[in-house]
Amino acid sequence: MKEGFRQAMAWLHTWTGLLFGWLLFAIFLTGTLTYFKDEITHWTQPEIRSHAVEPARALDMAQRYLQANAAQSSTWFIRMPSDREAALSVGYRDPNGGRRGFVSKTLDTQTGQPVEARDSRGGEFFYRFHFQLQMPHPFGRWLSTFCALIMLLGLVTGIITHKKIFKEFFTFRPGKGQRSWLDGHNAIGVLVLPFHLMISYSSLVLFMYLVMPAGITAHYGNDTEKYFNDLFGGDETPAAAQVAAPLTPLPALYAKVQALQPGTRVGNIRVENPGDSNARVTLSQSAADHVAYRRSANWTFDGASGALLGQGKPESGAMMTAFSFAGLHMGNFAGPWLRWLYFFFGLAGTAVIGTGLVMWLGKRQLKHAKSSHLPMELRLVEVLNIASMSGLLLAVASFFWANRLLPATLEGRGDWEVNVFFISWGLSLVHAVLRSGRRAWAEQLALGALAFALLPLLNALTTERGLGNSLQTGDWTMAGFDLTALASGVFLAWLASKMLRTPKVAAKRTPRAARNAATEPAEAS
Amino acid sequence: MTRKTAGITLSYRLAVASRSLAALLGGYALASVASVCIALLAPLAAVDATLVGLMVSFVFYVLAFIWCFACRTAWQAWLGVLAPGVLMGVLSALAYGMKTP
Repeated sequence: MKEGFRQAMAWLHTWTGLLFGWLLFAIFLTGTLTYFKDEITHWTQPEIRSHAVEPARALDMAQRYLQANAAQSSTWFIRMPSDREAALSVGYRDPNGGRRGFVSKTLDTQTGQPVEARDSRGGEFFYRFHFQLQMPHPFGRWLSTFCALIMLLGLVTGIITHKKIFKEFFTFRPGKGQRSWLDGHNAIGVLVLPFHLMISYSSLVLFMYLVMPAGITAHYGNDTEKYFNDLFGGDETPAAAQVAAPLTPLPALYAKVQALQPGTRVGNIRVENPGDSNARVTLSQSAADHVAYRRSANWTFDGASGALLGQGKPESGAMMTAFSFAGLHMGNFAGPWLRWLYFFFGLAGTAVIGTGLVMWLGKRQLKHAKSSHLPMELRLVEVLNIASMSGLLLAVASFFWANRLLPATLEGRGDWEVNVFFISWGLSLVHAVLRSGRRAWAEQLALGALAFALLPLLNALTTERGLGNSLQTGDWTMAGFDLTALASGVFLAWLASKMLRTPKVAAKRTPRAARNAATEPAEAS
Repeated sequence: MTRKTAGITLSYRLAVASRSLAALLGGYALASVASVCIALLAPLAAVDATLVGLMVSFVFYVLAFIWCFACRTAWQAWLGVLAPGVLMGVLSALAYGMKTP
C-alpha cells in the first residue's frame, strides 16, 4: 500500500466487498423481504382470514379463549390483529406443553376459535435468516453484525474512493459493459446513501449489547440483567398470592388506555398471574404508532381491581437516540407507501452489493477474454457470484412453491419448507459449477423468472384466494404478494434475456473512452 | 499460484495479513476500550453513559480499519491501533479507580 490514500481505500473497498459481498447480498435480500414479513406470512397461511374487528371485541375473544384453555397458566400473551396482521395471536406458558413450555394459538377474529393454519414459518423465516443466518446462537448474530460493520466500512471507503461523488451520480453510460456497471453501482449507492448508512449503522446499534459487552461490564460487572432493566425499565411483578380473584375484563382496560391517550393502537398485552389477586396486566402501544421504540408506551394495571398502577418510564436522550436507530431499522412505523419505499431502498442496497460483485469479476475477466478457461480463483468467484445471487432467488421462490405444494399433514412441514429453501440453494451451486458462467446465469435467472411469474397461478390453483378472488374482495395483501411475484418474474426474465444475448466484445473501446478511463484512476479496481 | 501472482512477494502477503489482523483484532480491542472509557467518563447516568459508549465504539472500529490499510507500514498499523488503545485503557483504569475506591 505504497499508493495514496484514495487508492488504499479503493483497495480496502474492493477486497472487503468481495469477501463479504456474498453474505451481505443474502442478508440484504432477506432483510428487504422482511419489510413485508406480516404480508408474506399472510400469503403462506391462507387459512387465516382477516376480518374487520373492533380491538375491544378482539380482546374479549382472546380473554375468553385463554380463560377457558389456560386458566392455570402463569403468563398470558395476546397480540392484537392490525392493518397488516390478520391474526389474533394468543400464547401462554404451560410447563407441560408446546415448544419450550410455551403454547401459541392463532384465533379467527370472527369466531374466536383457533385456526388450524398450515405449519409454515412464513415471513418469520426470512426475518430470522436475515440476522441469524441459520447458525447456532450466538454465532449467526455475531457474523451478521460483523457484516454490517463491513457494509458501513464499504460505504465510508466507497465515499472516499469516489470523491467526485455528485458528479458521478449524474453520470450513467449505458451499454458500455464494465463502465455501465460502475455507473450503476455508483448511482444506486449514492442515491440511497442515507438509507445505506442508517441501515448498516443501526444494525450495529441493535446488536451492540452482544458484540461490545465490555462497555456494559465497565458499569454493571456481570449483572447484565440490571443493565437491561435500566434500559428497558422493567418493573417487578409480584409473585402470585395464591388467592383467587377474577381477572378484570380486558376491554375495560383497553378503554382506560384510550381515555389516557386517545387514538392509541394497542399491540401486545401481557397478563401475569391471571386469576390471582396479584394479577398484573400490561398493555403496550403498537410499534406502528411511533418511529422509535418506546419503553414508556405501556400501561400496567392491577388485574384484580383494574386500577392503573403506572406507565412505562420515560426515555433519556441517549435512549431515544438508540431506540430511534432501532425503530428506523425495523420500519414498524411505516405505512403502506413508506413500507414500499423501504422495500425499494432495500432492493437498491442488494443491487449495489450485486453490481459490486459482478464488477470485481468483470474487470479481471477482461484480462482473460481470449483464453477459453478462467484461472481457478476467478472461476471460484464466478460460481459463488451465481449461486449467491440467482441461486438465492431460486431458493426464495422454492420456499413459496414448497409452501403451496407440501401436504398439510406432513410431519415437520414448516421445517421442510426451510429444507427445500436450502436444498434449492445447494442445487443452484452444483448447477453453477457444472455450467459455464453465462449459461449458468441465464438458466438460473430464466428458471427464477418462471418460478416467480407462475406463483400467482400456483396460488390460484391450490387455494381459493388467487388474484381473481383477492382483487375482487380487496385483499390487497394477497394481491400485492401475487403481483410482486409476477413483477419479479418479469424483471428476472429481462435479466435472463440480457444474459442470453451474445456478449459485446468488451475490448472494443473508442479512443475517447480509453482516454477517459486513463484519466480516472483508482476506481474500485 | 505462480502464473498470476508473480510479483506479489511473500513479505507483501505477510504485511497484508498483519494489517488485516491489526484491523480485525486490534480494531476490536480499540473499540472495546473506547466503549469502556466513554462509559466511565461520560457525565451521564450509568445506563446512558454505557449506551453512548457502545454507540460510539463502532466509529473507532471503522477508523481503525481505515488507518490499518492507509498507513505506510504494517508496524504503523499496529502502533496506530494499540497506542490510543493503551492510552484509553489507562484513562479507564484511573476513572474506574476513582469510582470504586
